[in-house]
Amino acid sequence: MKDFLFNFKMPEHFFITGDPLIYGAYVSIILVSLAILFVLTYYKKWVWLWREWLTTVDHKKIGIMYLVAALLMLFRGGVDALLMRIQLTAPNMHFLDAEHYNQIFTTHGTIMILFMAMPFLIGLMNVAIPLQIGARDVAFPALNAVSFWMFAAGAMLFNISFVLGGSPDAGWTSYTPLAGSALDPGPGQNYYLLGLQIAGIGTLVTGINFLVTILKMRAPGMTLWRMPLFSWSTLITSVIIIFAFPVLTIALALLTLDRVFGFHFFTLAGGGSPMMWANLFWIWGHPEVYIVILPAFGLFSEIFSTFARKKLFGYNAMVYSMLAISALSFLVWVHHFFTMGSGPWINSILSISTMLIAIPTGVKVFNWLFTLYKGRVEFKTPMLWALGFIPIFLVGGITGVMLAVAPADYQYHNSYFLIAHFHYVLIGGTVYGCIAGLIYYWPKIVGWLLNEHLGKWAFWWFTIGFNLCFIPMYIVGLKGMTRRMYTYPAGLGWETWNLIATIGAFAMGIGFIILVWNMYYSFKHRQNDTTGDPWNGRTLEWMTSSPAAEYNFAVIPQVKGLDAFYLIKKERAAGVKEEAPEIKPIHMPKREAFPVIMSAFMFVAGFGFVFEWLQIGFLGLLGSVITMIWRSFNDYDRDYYIPVEEVKKTELAAGRRV
Amino acid sequence: MRLKTKYAAIFLTMALLLSGCSSLKSGVLNPQGPVAKEQYDLIIWSIVLMSIVFIAVIVLFVYMLVKYRAKSSDEDYVETEEKENKWLEILWTAIPVVIIIALSIPTVKSTFKLEKSPSPNQKPITIQVTSANWKWIFKYPEQGIETVNYVNIPANVPVRFQLNAVGPMNSFWVPELGGQEYTMPGMTMYLWLEADKAGTYIGRSANFSGKDFTHMQFNVHSLEKGKFDEWIANVKKSAPKQTTDMFKQLLQPGVVKEQTYSSYPNVDVNRLDENGNPIIAPNSHQHGKSDDTEMKMDMNMNMDMNSNSHHNMNH
Ligand code: HEM
Ligand SMILES: [Cu+2]
Repeated sequence: MKDFLFNFKMPEHFFITGDPLIYGAYVSIILVSLAILFVLTYYKKWVWLWREWLTTVDHKKIGIMYLVAALLMLFRGGVDALLMRIQLTAPNMHFLDAEHYNQIFTTHGTIMILFMAMPFLIGLMNVAIPLQIGARDVAFPALNAVSFWMFAAGAMLFNISFVLGGSPDAGWTSYTPLAGSALDPGPGQNYYLLGLQIAGIGTLVTGINFLVTILKMRAPGMTLWRMPLFSWSTLITSVIIIFAFPVLTIALALLTLDRVFGFHFFTLAGGGSPMMWANLFWIWGHPEVYIVILPAFGLFSEIFSTFARKKLFGYNAMVYSMLAISALSFLVWVHHFFTMGSGPWINSILSISTMLIAIPTGVKVFNWLFTLYKGRVEFKTPMLWALGFIPIFLVGGITGVMLAVAPADYQYHNSYFLIAHFHYVLIGGTVYGCIAGLIYYWPKIVGWLLNEHLGKWAFWWFTIGFNLCFIPMYIVGLKGMTRRMYTYPAGLGWETWNLIATIGAFAMGIGFIILVWNMYYSFKHRQNDTTGDPWNGRTLEWMTSSPAAEYNFAVIPQVKGLDAFYLIKKERAAGVKEEAPEIKPIHMPKREAFPVIMSAFMFVAGFGFVFEWLQIGFLGLLGSVITMIWRSFNDYDRDYYIPVEEVKKTELAAGRRV
Repeated sequence: MRLKTKYAAIFLTMALLLSGCSSLKSGVLNPQGPVAKEQYDLIIWSIVLMSIVFIAVIVLFVYMLVKYRAKSSDEDYVETEEKENKWLEILWTAIPVVIIIALSIPTVKSTFKLEKSPSPNQKPITIQVTSANWKWIFKYPEQGIETVNYVNIPANVPVRFQLNAVGPMNSFWVPELGGQEYTMPGMTMYLWLEADKAGTYIGRSANFSGKDFTHMQFNVHSLEKGKFDEWIANVKKSAPKQTTDMFKQLLQPGVVKEQTYSSYPNVDVNRLDENGNPIIAPNSHQHGKSDDTEMKMDMNMNMDMNSNSHHNMNH
């Protein structure tokens, strides 16, 4: 027992040393932490931080925290990307060695998909969905906080790997046997398993939360078929999450058992099957790529319709095509390993099922285009990003169909052609959707608008840079360059293309900097949005003040059809008299401390298991279970009412009629 | 207007770059054998079909943007209430369906075709490929010789590569001769390739396998039949023999130079762990059909393995 409690096996390198990059990271982590501590203490903000943010259950604040985290992760993943591009600028460079390069592409991929794209979209859902369906919050506000803090704990755990113990280095796909303990000992790969496990629980809970929210909390009159497309896409995404994430949870748990507890699920020795990992991973992984694209589709639909000043074309077809895509997304996973010898029958069938996805996707693209038809298209920045998405995603989609041709995929698989494909869909689709959505909802989040002029500069730098960066990758891929090479020999005709790609990557970096600078610049030169409806929006979120009051709607609106707010505005313009609704006391959830405490314990547990210090691991788990139990025995006095007087005061202050 | 100059500038730089550097004719787009050719034709066909989609969407896109961009003259714009058009929607569902049918048929045909020898009337040669941390080992069971990090094949003869791995998975890829296939531990996979003429083609591992994965590049030399036989005879005469110890040594992680051996020890690589030690695998799986050479190897297992661990041939 004593042995168990006090035995800490140290990995070979606990503190990573020996590289200027790492020392830089240490110094900046320490300086930033000290600066934060200082500012919080100096301005006496600790209580504020605790009451307003750490324990909040308000979906709008949780959304903001998701978005801040996602932008930070976009920065981190972007720096990883630039480091890789520098290393590949010319043949035989020695900027990074193989070990570093391997860690960096692994953290880049994992962070971008799980800690950037997902939280970015979930953040936008949090900000917009309750407003869009006319609700006061999500169905389970406290659980929503659990989701966020679980994600934050997982992300934090994953990120400290860079300085403590070393980062994972088996790719974001983490294929066994390479990722097993025999070939990849040490804490690195454990960080991947535990970081994703903890964050994944948060995602699963989000899926459940938004499913229930959308099914149960819509404003009166908003039938399913009157829901805006972003709500539809969130609903469908939630269902995919609920089906797909348990597979990831199991896969990660099995591999953790292998690595930390010496099981043999994925090792040949002991009769396991290394190939089972690839199957489990992609049974989750392909739906996952649709988890990060469908919400973006939803955002684009809102934006096209708003800035073309028209109803979305083919609303029903848009919904049905998303349903079709979500069903098909579970039936195509084998296309990620056509070359693993599944046989001609399986390859043929999965090849065709993959191509089929292009049909509903194509339907959506044509419907978006026809939304512009006979409209009045305004090139505001959110619309620019949405329009940029069309040609880029088109290229990503048609190369996706090319990849789906199994015999041809034998030539593209694991080459830069594949890399180019999924960046065209992931950046052109997901990232453009996130940025478009962020700019679109920005005034609703903070109450003022982003500068249009700077916004256009950011868009063009990013878009031109993106194409310069990734078109060459299609070409070097066909010339035989495989992904994950840390360097390459001269003389194969790859040099020029790689050089162009690096230049493009830096142009994208400049675009990102302008985007972030714009946030600061626009804050300094604030134009407050006093109307709550800066874009002439069509859906309910634009009916509230900017930013929306804590309770969202003083009175829940009545929905009379699709584009509810557009209809209300039309009636108002036509002079239809609205009867003054009666304000009643508003029932709200109180803030909760348990989500952040429970997640802190999970972080400790994760950290313990990463280093295989089981006593700490189990202690952390115990802590979070006790927090949970404590919370369930204290399930009273969790809510309160905002009195009518206060609601009226808030509404008047925001310049609203009461 | 600013936009137009911007586009022109991009277009010009792209055109300059395209003409300025080496042509696209290398790798996948430079097929040098029937397998690569089959895949190349399929790739071109898919590009043709996808171009239709590409052009249709881009034309519509530009049309919508030019025609319906907000102008100061249409301040009095009133929304149309039109929100769908059944015929249009049927049209843009039906056309992709046709395109996908046009793509699936050759896809399925090729998928089945590439399972078989590209030149069924020719007697094939078998070469066993093993990837190990971080090198390629080629055994010629019919000739009894072994090479490391390069492989010689006869031109115009179908080659049946039999793929295995010790340690992590890799993927065996020679773009100019044809697509890749994974090498997996404990599982044998097959890949047919053939070179039309004599020449040297670069191959590499396409699947990440750890530290020195990048250096897993090798040459495939295709030799005229006579030259090939001559080379075999030469190897048999002058190259060293490989002992079991030497083989185990070779499996140790690291990068090695090209090597040639006139014989190799009888070891079933499907039963080796990442360090080259035998593992007890009650059921190692096998893909595709079983094969005599494989069977022979299996019965000749000479290592201290658990006697009840039988290689299961019918997966
Ligand atoms: C028209 C629709 C699409 C088709 C037909 C398609 C097809 C494919 C195929 C066949 C592969 C596997 C290629 C290989 O490994 O050799 C692939 C890989 C991939 N696709 Fe797509 N795709 C489509 C859309 C998307 C979307 C919308 C996303 C994400 C937003 C996406 C993200 C990815 C990713 C991340 C990978 C590679 C992952 C990896 O191996 O690391 N794809 N796609
Ligand atoms: Cu997929």
